[in-house]
Amino acid sequence: MRVNMTVNGRPYEADDVWEGESLLYVLRERLGLPGSKNACEQGECGSCTVRLDGVPVCACLVAAGQAEGCEVVTVEGLADHARQRSGQVAPLAPVQQAFIDSGAVQCGFCTPGLLVAADELLERNPDPSDADIREALSGNLCRCTGYEKILDAVRLAAARTGEAV
Amino acid sequence: MAADRAAGAPTTLTQATGAIRGTVGESTLRPDGTLKVTGEFAYSSDLWHEDMLWGFTLRSPYAHALIRSIDTAGALALPGVHAVMTHDDLPAGTHYGLEIRDQPVLAKDRVRYHGEPVAIVAADHPETARRAAARIAVEYEELPLVVDEATATAPDAPLLHPGRRDHHASHVPHPNIVHRQPIRRGDVATARARADVVVRRDYQVGMQDQAFLGPESGLAVPAEDGGVDLYIATQWLHVDRDQLAPVLGLPADKVRLTLSGVGGAFGAREDLSMQAHACLLALRTGKPVKIVYNRYESFFGHVHRHPAKLSYEHGATRDGTLLYVQCRIVLDGGAYASSSPAVVGNAASLSIGPYVVENVDVEAIALYSNNPPCGAMRGFGAVQACFAYEAQMDAVAAELGLDPVEFRQRNAMSQGATMPTGQLVDSPAPVAELLRRVKALPMPPERAWEAAGGPVDVRALPGGLSNTTHGEGVVRGVGYAVGIKNVGFSEGFDDYSTARIRLEVIGGEPVALVHTAMAEVGQGGVTVHAQIARTELGVDRVTLHPADTRVGSAGSTSASRQTYMTGGAVKHACEAVRAEVLRRGRELFGASHPAWAEAGRLRLADGKVVTDGGEVIGDLAGILGDGAIDLEREFRHRPTEPFDLRTGQGFGHVQYSFCAHRAVVEVDTELGLVKVVELAAAQDVGKAINPLSVVGQIHGGSTQGLGLAVMEEIVVSRDGARVRNPSFTDYLIPTILDTPAMPVEVLELADDHAPYGLRGVGEAPTLSSTPAVVAAVRAATGLRLNRVPVRPEHLTGT
Repeated sequence: MRVNMTVNGRPYEADDVWEGESLLYVLRERLGLPGSKNACEQGECGSCTVRLDGVPVCACLVAAGQAEGCEVVTVEGLADHARQRSGQVAPLAPVQQAFIDSGAVQCGFCTPGLLVAADELLERNPDPSDADIREALSGNLCRCTGYEKILDAVRLAAARTGEAV
Repeated sequence: MAADRAAGAPTTLTQATGAIRGTVGESTLRPDGTLKVTGEFAYSSDLWHEDMLWGFTLRSPYAHALIRSIDTAGALALPGVHAVMTHDDLPAGTHYGLEIRDQPVLAKDRVRYHGEPVAIVAADHPETARRAAARIAVEYEELPLVVDEATATAPDAPLLHPGRRDHHASHVPHPNIVHRQPIRRGDVATARARADVVVRRDYQVGMQDQAFLGPESGLAVPAEDGGVDLYIATQWLHVDRDQLAPVLGLPADKVRLTLSGVGGAFGAREDLSMQAHACLLALRTGKPVKIVYNRYESFFGHVHRHPAKLSYEHGATRDGTLLYVQCRIVLDGGAYASSSPAVVGNAASLSIGPYVVENVDVEAIALYSNNPPCGAMRGFGAVQACFAYEAQMDAVAAELGLDPVEFRQRNAMSQGATMPTGQLVDSPAPVAELLRRVKALPMPPERAWEAAGGPVDVRALPGGLSNTTHGEGVVRGVGYAVGIKNVGFSEGFDDYSTARIRLEVIGGEPVALVHTAMAEVGQGGVTVHAQIARTELGVDRVTLHPADTRVGSAGSTSASRQTYMTGGAVKHACEAVRAEVLRRGRELFGASHPAWAEAGRLRLADGKVVTDGGEVIGDLAGILGDGAIDLEREFRHRPTEPFDLRTGQGFGHVQYSFCAHRAVVEVDTELGLVKVVELAAAQDVGKAINPLSVVGQIHGGSTQGLGLAVMEEIVVSRDGARVRNPSFTDYLIPTILDTPAMPVEVLELADDHAPYGLRGVGEAPTLSSTPAVVAAVRAATGLRLNRVPVRPEHLTGT
């Protein structure tokens, strides 16, 4: 089948998609966007988190056909997405820069999903408490960091965004 | 894109910080950080090649069976299938293994564990490969199972590896025992007679999974010279190559490995997984082949932490002095040897913990069984022992009526102590101080769920948003533990690492190129290498070459060794480059300044040659001109020796690493739910080369220990030795909600034997975290809890 969708603001068309393919497979293997990660393909780890018409979803649990005509934002488009929201000109989204600066990235395999989830949290809650951050990121597994630096990063991104407003 | 180049093949990383920051001791940021946050960093599962095929592995549904026949016709008939291979199609070597080559590339006539590879398929779509594999007809005849020590050593026990001729075969008491290591020191019988208090207990540790997030994956590309290029996530490129070449029937120089992005490792990438299968299919089909496991397959695709049964007896005098320890540790190594012998060596030699005990009688063994193969995981034999000896320390303290921290401090080793192996601990061992520090930290507030004075915040309670309690039945407990881990490869292994440094002037600026085969698996070795090059060569711009087999071995990214070893190699090679800079400078400009004659007084800083008085006498650009300096050097730690097979005596370890934890938990005693409220750590790291990364390692290791304490276990059915929970739905690792605040105290007491005085960091925090959490749960509940992970039913008695 053929699937059309808008990914990170650009229209994409994928041909010869087998009906059993997930949105994650189409992004990674057909559209050349491997930033969304394949850590479990069981909807448990959150490493494939993307925005589907604004809603954070596990791309591995979305059949490719369900994304027909939808707007998808992946980690590759996160900086653009944040720029459009804030009007600030920066090469990276605030959460991306904060993850680097806080030491929240080790192996980095969970990072794309966490960034999309954390950016979505800050979009709807610019000043989250620690409990809010933990709740929002509880669907994203990280095996390297013990999450402490991830909490630091989200706090830092919130603080920087707050100062910039 | 050129067809002969894999998309996502790694390129160099360049980092310039401006004005020579980012030297040793600073929290320099990762050079791969930007690529990792933008999604551009290419992991081994992200690779793509024109005309690429997908490989898939058919695995045994039985833990022990004879293979009567394999019929691949149905698979080959499926459109899109390019190749199906079984044991009969292997071109050369048929087995591989880290220490003992006992593991079949594909099972021949017998499978020995649930999930053992039987056949491999290459097809043009991953689903086609999966469906083809399902059409391979294998006829099995089930065999009796070996599942524990009793069934392994019974008179009629089936032998896992009949006729084994490995170097442990002659000294083990039974052919189903991989390796046995006793340690004897002093006189336990006499000491027992003098003991006022004796505590004898049994413990169990469940089978933990490394659960790295980036699944086993890689891309094998056949080359025109008949060789193969493999882009792979691994922990040790050269040992992969050395196992692959005989299997592929190729000379080592035709098996070229390049490290792809690695999504965590924790020991699980020490053994081969899909490497040989991808290369075999690529060479068979003449096309690039990619294999990516999904999470289900990943649970069968790598070794796990050895589950263990441990029996300990401690004796002490009334005043709180440990007199003796006697223990027996039985590790289940599963179907193949993997790194079981080294795990046994660690478990035995570190079995009594960081304490001074004159009389010791230890036996550690690893079994061959039909359970999943076990091998390396962070902590490597020391984790299992630490759970048991720390529980014993609490139990003895309780018998004596002593404070558990004070009792530990009274028996704690320090520099100058002697290990049960007779090895002198000849660098700082601040065990008592680490305990003092975690104990002195402020306690987290009580009843945090009521803190705001408003409605109960259930997120702070055991059970969280499941809303199971508003604080009724919730009891707090506090527990302590400390552990000891060896750093580097032990027992006489020739452990070395290689670095190649090229210093040249590019665009008027001196640039250092660092080339090693070190596997960056997330730990931040690349950051550290750039810091060391900056420090030693006084340059700002450092370029990191992709890790591959074109440079000498870096050894494994394991045993907490890479900063010590490959960091040491980078330092060593930079020192050689610096000496050459000064030699050339002296040749060119020696007459211009007397200081050139005294190389020992000169250093490189900010691209200049500077005297110890701070005077600039030359600059790198002028000395090097168009001529690069390009040197490769090997670095070795001081030699160790094997443990005596009868007494366990020997200078077996390179370095020891120590971490202490204090855990604070809240337990819902009615539902058996545990919330770890805080997990504080104190660790001596010798020298924090990168403090941010050091703390990150301590956080990560502590969290994996927490997981083993209260949630993580691969459940293997006793009747069929089948893995019951191969998914993240059923094998639980800590989420951000399960993981508490983790204050960290870092000590830096230099080890004079190590580069910069550093001490390996990665593993020690994984040891003491588990017993500290369980001690806290014991304190909250009064239960004995001799097994990890602690499950709700252990707390409620249901």
